[in-house]
Amino acid sequence: MSSDNIDIRYVAKLARIELTDDEVERFGRQLGDLLEHVKTLHDLDTAAVPATAQVVESRNVARADAVGRCLEHETVMQMAPQRQGAFFRVPRIISEES
Amino acid sequence: MSEAMELSAAEIARRVNAGEVSAREVTDAALAQIDAVDDRLGAYLTRLHDLARVSAGRVDARIKAGEHLPLAGVPVAVKDNMCLAGTRTTCGSKMLEGWVAPYTATAVARLLDAGAVPVGKANMDEFAMGSSCENSALGKTCNPYDLGRVPGGSSGGSAAAVAAYEAAIGMGSDTGGSIREPAAFCNLVGFKPTYGRVSRYGLIAFASSLDQIGPLARSVEDAALAYDVMAGKDPMDSTSVDRPVEPAATALRSDLRGVRVGIVKQFGTQGLGPEIDSLYRRAYLDLEKLGATLVDVELPTAEYGLATYYLIAPAECSSNLARFDGVRYGLRVDGEDVGRMYERTRAEGFGPEVKRRILIGTYALSSGYYDAYYVKAQKARTMFGADFKRAFERCDLIASPAASSPAFAFDAKSDPYSMYMMDYYTIPISLAGLPALSVPCGYVLPEGSSRPMPMGLQLAAPLFGEAQLLAAANAYECATQHARQRRPEGAL
Amino acid sequence: MTQYEAVIGIECHVELKTKSKMFCACPNRFGGEPNAHVCPVCLALPGALPVANEEAILQVIRAGLAFGAEIPAFSKFDRKNYFYPDMPKDYQISQYDMPLAQGGVVRYWLDDGTTKECRLTRIHLEEDTGKSTHAGSGDGRIAHSSYSLVDFNRAGVPLMECVSEPDIRSAEEAVGFLDALKRTFVQLGVSDVKMEEGSLRCDANVSIRPVGSKDLGTKAEIKNMNSFRSVSRAIESEIARQIAVVAAGGRVVQETRGWDELAGTTHSMRSKEEAHDYRYFPDPDLVPIEVDRTVVERLRSLMADLPIARFERYRGSYGLGVAQATQLVDTPQLAEYFDSCVGAGGGGQQAANFVLGDLSRLANETQTPVWESSVAPQDLAELIGLVQSKTINSKIAKDLLLRMWNGGGSPKALVEHEGLAQTSDPGSVERFVDEVLAAHPKVVADYKAGKTNVMGFLVGQVMKQSRGKANPALAGELLAQKLG
Repeated sequence: MSSDNIDIRYVAKLARIELTDDEVERFGRQLGDLLEHVKTLHDLDTAAVPATAQVVESRNVARADAVGRCLEHETVMQMAPQRQGAFFRVPRIISEES
Repeated sequence: MSEAMELSAAEIARRVNAGEVSAREVTDAALAQIDAVDDRLGAYLTRLHDLARVSAGRVDARIKAGEHLPLAGVPVAVKDNMCLAGTRTTCGSKMLEGWVAPYTATAVARLLDAGAVPVGKANMDEFAMGSSCENSALGKTCNPYDLGRVPGGSSGGSAAAVAAYEAAIGMGSDTGGSIREPAAFCNLVGFKPTYGRVSRYGLIAFASSLDQIGPLARSVEDAALAYDVMAGKDPMDSTSVDRPVEPAATALRSDLRGVRVGIVKQFGTQGLGPEIDSLYRRAYLDLEKLGATLVDVELPTAEYGLATYYLIAPAECSSNLARFDGVRYGLRVDGEDVGRMYERTRAEGFGPEVKRRILIGTYALSSGYYDAYYVKAQKARTMFGADFKRAFERCDLIASPAASSPAFAFDAKSDPYSMYMMDYYTIPISLAGLPALSVPCGYVLPEGSSRPMPMGLQLAAPLFGEAQLLAAANAYECATQHARQRRPEGAL
Repeated sequence: MTQYEAVIGIECHVELKTKSKMFCACPNRFGGEPNAHVCPVCLALPGALPVANEEAILQVIRAGLAFGAEIPAFSKFDRKNYFYPDMPKDYQISQYDMPLAQGGVVRYWLDDGTTKECRLTRIHLEEDTGKSTHAGSGDGRIAHSSYSLVDFNRAGVPLMECVSEPDIRSAEEAVGFLDALKRTFVQLGVSDVKMEEGSLRCDANVSIRPVGSKDLGTKAEIKNMNSFRSVSRAIESEIARQIAVVAAGGRVVQETRGWDELAGTTHSMRSKEEAHDYRYFPDPDLVPIEVDRTVVERLRSLMADLPIARFERYRGSYGLGVAQATQLVDTPQLAEYFDSCVGAGGGGQQAANFVLGDLSRLANETQTPVWESSVAPQDLAELIGLVQSKTINSKIAKDLLLRMWNGGGSPKALVEHEGLAQTSDPGSVERFVDEVLAAHPKVVADYKAGKTNVMGFLVGQVMKQSRGKANPALAGELLAQKLG
């Protein structure tokens, strides 16, 4: 887990954040420093240790299949940065992922 | 300042319930105090004059109708990462600068239903990421004890508001120390319950497996009162724990006889300078004087706390904050296609600390690094739980500093890593999900300053040990009365 | 010349038929005003949290059990992270490495009655996205649009993803496999499985290899198929394309290809600009699922007669043809009606003929499903019994059926009350025969002159004279004697 080769532009692309060249340099350095520190974790022997996703071990929390209230349509649409009629409008989609 | 604003929440509720004063009168006093001091202090991002008066009117009507409300008329500051229907809820971010929440967080709703009156939405580090409130994109909050210093963070606005008598209770959220550290900086009691004790529904997520709502107050009793009201299972939060809540406010103690207090070897204070070191040694002795037995315990993983935390929290946040995409609400910066729109919106809407954490978290989860970083951190997390469990076989509570220094001056921590170090004592406890609080334990004179600044003693208990924890903190607070020795002159 | 065979795996998404959405209480309803069935949770408002729908979890377990899948004791939800405008949270709650159901086999049949098997890899539970409409271009296609409109009503609808092993070898088999899934899910009541409404969506992974080879070729993933017919056409076209590529000395490249219904071909879809890195991790907002073994056993015991079992029983025990057996199995209520009738003694083939013939015709004419009509399956069995015992003939049976449909009641009672029983008494039939012979001397003469095909006419006249009651076989016998 080497930190010097963190590809900050690739990571920013995944995270969908446009970075300036200055930010690429600055964040790259800062994240590199943090990863240096994080690497100390490798001193920890976790071979026989299970992972903890949640500290309190609840199981099977589910709700009954019943219909409740929705938000008012106008309340919803008033939040929209751009709307067209009853729809949210977004710029054209070029990725075909769906 | 109206005398009413110096009353404790418990006393306000008692008087309102008894009809000696109306919720409306208390609310007006709180709003007057806010208008008098907050232009200088900046605790609030939004003042809720109208809503507060309407809520107070409702409380008065319920009291008249014969109801008894545990928080009748108590003015509360709501951290701006908690939704309150009809109010702007910004999370301290340009991303949500104009967003009005259409629903109310469960914890807030429970407080209001108990008679509390929301007087304002409090400033915070953007998306609760920070330890000084300086990461807010929407305003600067000062420490009421020294306006040249930070109030702590991320719940800095709630802390400043309560310290400056602009509210009796502050609602905060704590992921790695965001209630306890500002409480320490502002001479307050700040209490983070066990993870899952208080519903997170309506709390804008930072790191889902760590976030927990809790109160900031000027006394342990007030914190306990607020906790009793907001704790308990919520069907809207799958991770909220279905387990009876032991009432804390009625079980407070005045001594510590029979309580074993663990002093963690790895949480030593020698490195914090002689003044701070002796302050904590005195605090531990005070615990002993109250009847506690001090025992040495070990937390071998402690030094890995920050590394573990700065993988898990950013990983979760990178996913939690994906929804801020300019499609449904909040900021949008247009682009020629939807991808460019996302990238510009998020570049413009998030501040540097938020971006750093999203980037580090995205990296930690990305293909090829997931096992080395994220899974490794999850395993380390298991070790924290086990370490604390072992420690708690030998003690009932653990005592340590809440923060490694008093409130620092604005812009003093320009390098992110030194800011992260502020949470050295609080993070391991957060990773283990334990309940913990900070209670005032005296003052130190920061270098080059003539104003003594408050410090906090952190006490932590085993999972679900809230009632015992608050009981013990009350004993310490009553015996030492540190908070009463100084007033937040900077703000008054 | 090298012979190639196709290797096909299917991935399909099935919308579950719950009352509410997967993680919130908004209604799970098709259509309606856009953005009207949304709440803080399914719109991913800041602060909202998911709570899993128990019924959806049980439906996936039942679907798994129907195909003999293993239901692991431990399962969990994970986040699949990617940005898309109709996905509110910009991650999808799905299941990564611990699905609710693992393995299993789908047995299905083809039109010629042969049965096949396709192994399942897994079935998991996730949430659906909203819907984007691509606008600003004449043709509604994404590539030419200048903006898109998003409706989140569908966002958060429970979606079951079934992934098959590459055990399918032809377009026909693919359709057979999908038919089997559809029949089974409809019978379990877990989904409507309508491709046209989008409650079933499927992609096919297609590759070719020389017959006899055990290796897997490079596959193409085919998308945009919106009916079983287009699945069949798309796969056939893709197989032909890949064979042509290889025959021309080229190589098949791994890619996603879209099916173009009008052109009848698949076309390469723009390869995604963005890297694929879904950054799966366990969703910290949800807690793991531990499936109680007693629950699994209870659900297993409630598993009704599944389509493939029915099909094989209808073929094997009753000797029904593929078409009849399929027709029955395709409508579970009709199959249950048929089963009840057979159970009450109505022999298999005759029951199938009535159910799929006269009764289905009446059902069509009156817009009343057979199983809701006033003809109880036991009454139909009784009617079949009357025919089999030659108490009535088939013509009377048809008349009776109409009367039963209109008024109901036991056919036996009707027969007794109206004296419709078939007459097999030689004396009375002989009387009708004599009358007919006397009335048609010319026909009798023709017969005697060798025109034996008039026999049918004469039998018909006897039936008419007896108002349908004469046993037609006996009538024929007596006529032959008298004329002989």
